[in-house]
Amino acid sequence: MSDQEVDKGKRGFLIGATGVVGGIAAAAAAVPFAGSMTPSERAKAAGAPVEADISKLAPGEMQIVEWRGKPVWIVNRTKEMLEGIKKSDAKVSDPKSEVPLQPEYAKNEFRSIKPEIAVLEGVCSHLGCSPQYKSVEAKGEMGMEWNGGFFCPCHGSKFDFAGRVFAGSPAPVNLKVPPYKFVGDGKVIIGDDSKGA
Amino acid sequence: MAAADKEPVVITCAGPLNGVASGLLTWVDQRFPLMSNWRDHLAGYYAPKNFNFWYYFGSLAMFVLVLQIVTGIFLTMNYKPDATQAFASVEYIMRDVWGGWFIRYMHSTGASAFFICVYLHMFRGLMYGSYRKPRELIWIFGMLIYLCLMAEAFFGYLLPWGQMSYWGAQVIVNLFGSVPFIGEDLSIWIRGDYVVSDATLNRFFAFHVIAVPLVLLGLVAAHILALHEVGSNNPDGVEIKAKKDAAGHPLDGIPFHPYYTVKDTLGVVVFLVVFSIIMFFLPEGGGYFLEYNNFIPADPLKTPEHIAPVWYFTPFYSILRAVPPMFNSQFPGVIAMGVSTLIFFLLPWLDRSPVKSIRYKGPLFRAALTIFVVVFLILGYLGTEPTNVWGQFGGWLDNADRATVAARIGTAIYFLFFILMPWYSKIDKCKPEPERVTW
Amino acid sequence: MVSLVRLARACALSALLVAPFAVMASGGGMRLQPAPINSHDVASLQNGARLFVNYCLNCHSAGYMRYNRLQDIGLNEQQIRDNLVFTGVKVGELMQVAMDKKDAKEWFGAPPPDLTVITRSRSSGAGSGADWVYNYLRAFYRDDGRPTGWNNLVFENVGMPHVLWQLSGQNTLDKKEFDNHETAAAALIASKTLARLDSVSVSGKDGKMSTRYELRSIVPGAGTVSSVEYDRHVVDLVNYMNYMAEPARLLRRQIGIYALLGLGLLFMFAFALKKAFWKDVH
Repeated sequence: MSDQEVDKGKRGFLIGATGVVGGIAAAAAAVPFAGSMTPSERAKAAGAPVEADISKLAPGEMQIVEWRGKPVWIVNRTKEMLEGIKKSDAKVSDPKSEVPLQPEYAKNEFRSIKPEIAVLEGVCSHLGCSPQYKSVEAKGEMGMEWNGGFFCPCHGSKFDFAGRVFAGSPAPVNLKVPPYKFVGDGKVIIGDDSKGA
Repeated sequence: MAAADKEPVVITCAGPLNGVASGLLTWVDQRFPLMSNWRDHLAGYYAPKNFNFWYYFGSLAMFVLVLQIVTGIFLTMNYKPDATQAFASVEYIMRDVWGGWFIRYMHSTGASAFFICVYLHMFRGLMYGSYRKPRELIWIFGMLIYLCLMAEAFFGYLLPWGQMSYWGAQVIVNLFGSVPFIGEDLSIWIRGDYVVSDATLNRFFAFHVIAVPLVLLGLVAAHILALHEVGSNNPDGVEIKAKKDAAGHPLDGIPFHPYYTVKDTLGVVVFLVVFSIIMFFLPEGGGYFLEYNNFIPADPLKTPEHIAPVWYFTPFYSILRAVPPMFNSQFPGVIAMGVSTLIFFLLPWLDRSPVKSIRYKGPLFRAALTIFVVVFLILGYLGTEPTNVWGQFGGWLDNADRATVAARIGTAIYFLFFILMPWYSKIDKCKPEPERVTW
Repeated sequence: MVSLVRLARACALSALLVAPFAVMASGGGMRLQPAPINSHDVASLQNGARLFVNYCLNCHSAGYMRYNRLQDIGLNEQQIRDNLVFTGVKVGELMQVAMDKKDAKEWFGAPPPDLTVITRSRSSGAGSGADWVYNYLRAFYRDDGRPTGWNNLVFENVGMPHVLWQLSGQNTLDKKEFDNHETAAAALIASKTLARLDSVSVSGKDGKMSTRYELRSIVPGAGTVSSVEYDRHVVDLVNYMNYMAEPARLLRRQIGIYALLGLGLLFMFAFALKKAFWKDVH
């Protein structure tokens, strides 16, 4: 090999090697910049789990708490309301909650840990308005077939007391169930479902 | 650039994607002056082959400019330009933003690094006569960049809203208040208020984040274009374009790419080593890069014991302080400070030496430049300290502060360096310049 | 319009009077003993956090520090919640206090400053900010001339009372005057407790000014813990405050080592690359 060829080979190798090491250094330097755009401690603190006291929640009543800027509904469902849910099975788009909008423990008939307590995000899955609570008694405005649930005034989407969307609604999917867990003394923590203290 | 050396360019690329890459580049080049600029400014820009250590600082300054812009953008994502939130938002960045401390320290270290690079870059110009004809305009653009940089640093320093930020800004804006007749109104207009306040903070934020950086970028482009128009100077101060080979390239010139792209890459790596040592281990810089007093939130009702500008302004601050009040006004001091910065613009016309580079200048110029540098550093040190730092003379000098007397002598020498230059540069006994460059 | 020179002179003069840690040409002033803190000592940091929350965090806020950041010093969220949060806020909240700034100004003369970055603000030529706070917390003495009954050798006429007095006991002040500097300096070095030496200009009976040297030293009182233990507690508290001022400090240094190693490697390649190209330039 002539001197020239050796040179070119050596130069080529060194350009490549320096480029690779330099590229790794640049990527390492980019990490804090990209990372700085992730939620800060302040955002995480604001999004921290919220504790709700449901010891005084009467049957049929609904409590609203705010979590991560969204309204979360806690409903004390009566036996009639639970039966109403069963009756809606044929009329809802996703009766078995196939679309993953709930934690594993809420993938059941009533979409909750305890059948009598519903925990749902009060954000319509259509365009984000907050639907209204409409009990069975609202048959007058909701129609004779109404078994109770939620009605979104923005575009007319309807949900049952398990948060499942009725077929024919503009909303495509069920209401979201947030992570939650029960702790002693009639309290529920929204936003945290870890085991242990 | 001369149309004569515009051969039709054939774009070929090495590597497996040769066909695709060269096809794409050709498509662009037919619609955009890609290859002509590549030739004029990189692969075909012939620079002297004898660039030494002092020639790293131009590209390093440009590198720091990029660093400051990138870190600045990310800081702006979380900084709040509001008097009630600014200080807290900086601590928020340092603690609650992931990697925020890294970005903040890079920006604060970069600010001081910028001035170190720029001062050393300017010193290279002083040594080798880089401001001499036909490069006067490069020097003027450079001086304008320096002024913009000082403004950028001044505006930026208010943003953390610490005690030093607030009172430093208060003092400097008050300088404008000493302008005769219009001073008071002028300083109110600058501040947007009767004292430095939230209004001032917001407008300084606008200047610092977008106005001055845009101007800086434009000036840097102009600076480089002007340089490439006439070609670089070198440590010997001889014009390499005087001797060309058959192809029309300077005999003592080498193409900027690949020689200086590769050399400047090495320069950047070495710079980053020094920069990292400061950024990761000494970010406060002994209190010079991040001043201790600035960890106290701004308090308009409590003047700090000792207000000093950041280290890169201190030589000029010394000159300001050294001039005593005249006619009940501090304005003469302000004028002196202004002139001390602006007088650099005149260098191309003050230097009457037949040679450009200090290598061939005589003992007078060498002594003058050495003394100037020493005085500049002493004035700089004095500017960081209160005027009683060296104690007082006895009664024979009216108990004057030693430091004030020293600053006054320093100021006189500083101005004499420039004022006497047309004389001593002319009568100086120079050595003959070489025909070809030397190392 | 305050002329700049007058302002500068006023600053210089007040610096002489107020700054106990300024280096004075006459050779006096407060020498700060270096604080023997070990930032890796987790037990010390935890004790310091406990002291801080119990003694300081009622008048002073630490409004840039989140409680849950204390996981840095080996505590988990439950421990923080149970032992260190007294205001009932969530563990992700900032260490704020309820004291109103206006009230505080009335009661103490000046509102108690936020302490999050206080050790960064107190650095100077005389020592680090941690050194300053270390000396400050050991320099309180009884002074009936002050509204709080306490004064401080490091911070003359401070508005803060000595909150740790039960631990340290009621320290008092001992004053000695000397005619010449040598004996005074010798006494300062020989002092077993915190002391400071100042030069004072006195006018004698004949009206002439002379310089005398005043050595003031702390005489420890009897507290619930011994002097040595009190010192230990102060070290822990200062250690914690030093950590709180910059929680990312240790991480920053660690990453710095990696950065330098990576740059060292990059340097070797960049240098070889430069040499490879430049060997044909003569």
